[in-house]
Amino acid sequence: MTRSWRYLLPLTAVPVLALLAYGFRVNPRDIPSPLLGRPAAAFVLTAYDGTSMDLAALRGKVVVLNFWASWCYPACYEEAPVLERGWRAYRDRGVVVLGVDIQDKDEAGRKFIGDFGLTFANGPDPAGKVSVDYGVYGVPETFFIDRGGSIRVKHVSAVTDQVFRETVERLLAEPVPAR
Amino acid sequence: MMRASAPGVGNPGAGGRRRLLSRQPAVLGLVPVLAAATLLLGALPATAQGGPAPSEQQVYEVASELRCVVCQNLSVADSPSEMAGQMRAIVRERLASGQTPAQVRQYFVGRYGDWILLAPPRRGFTLLVWLAPLVAVLVGLVVVALLVRRWTRRRPKARPAIDAVMSERIRQELEREP
Repeated sequence: MTRSWRYLLPLTAVPVLALLAYGFRVNPRDIPSPLLGRPAAAFVLTAYDGTSMDLAALRGKVVVLNFWASWCYPACYEEAPVLERGWRAYRDRGVVVLGVDIQDKDEAGRKFIGDFGLTFANGPDPAGKVSVDYGVYGVPETFFIDRGGSIRVKHVSAVTDQVFRETVERLLAEPVPAR
Repeated sequence: MMRASAPGVGNPGAGGRRRLLSRQPAVLGLVPVLAAATLLLGALPATAQGGPAPSEQQVYEVASELRCVVCQNLSVADSPSEMAGQMRAIVRERLASGQTPAQVRQYFVGRYGDWILLAPPRRGFTLLVWLAPLVAVLVGLVVVALLVRRWTRRRPKARPAIDAVMSERIRQELEREP
């Protein structure tokens, strides 16, 4: 009895340690999105330049949907030039970049676009509906939507040139879905 | 927005109903039907009472179960943040459109996963969160019970026997005493 207890007590620590080992390896900021592989929610927003941003109309194109805010420093400031470069490099190959400015003041949003000379469509999401529809919990977050209109990749934090290029190339390489 | 989100998430209704919901003016026409359905279900007596406008209490009840996504340990109901305000507006709007609190909750779960719920669901991996404290208490009680039993049963052990050399020495020293 005494002998078995000597081994049993430390053994009870094993599941606790296993749970801790698992917990400490998981990044708590990494929240898996249930939207991956699902159809991207349609939306129509009015861009800062007055044009209409209608996701449904972009079916057949690879869409890079970026959620940002002018107060999101430094990540949004780092990725703005990346998105602009990506947009310019891939616009002729059927890639569209859309920016959704969330939780922001219009004036500050416009200034941000001007400062970075962004030429892709950017619009505010005044009621936050598009943000919630995409399960956005912070900025920046970027969704890569394939030509069939499904969300394929969710990138949290600033997009780099490499992430942009590799993801977009991968989605472009896929066969165009039959409609 | 309603159009975009209705398919697939939290809407067990048939295609026909979904089509109706997607046309905004038709929503008002649905109210008597939904009120009747809610009464029949009997589960949510509150939603049937006041027509399409949900009470603050109803909005609060749903919002208090949702995690404010930009806060630490705050519900959507309690957070003063802009995002939580927008989420409360979405809850209100969805309740007003005739969705049940469960459907509204499911809408958010469909976007954010179970993470959005302040109380993790009692199934799968998160069941562990509910069961672990109970198991820990039970294990603790068993350990305490066993230890108490052992302590109360244990007889005082005999003093370690004094070895022969020591007893001989004691005897000699006693003899030497005057």
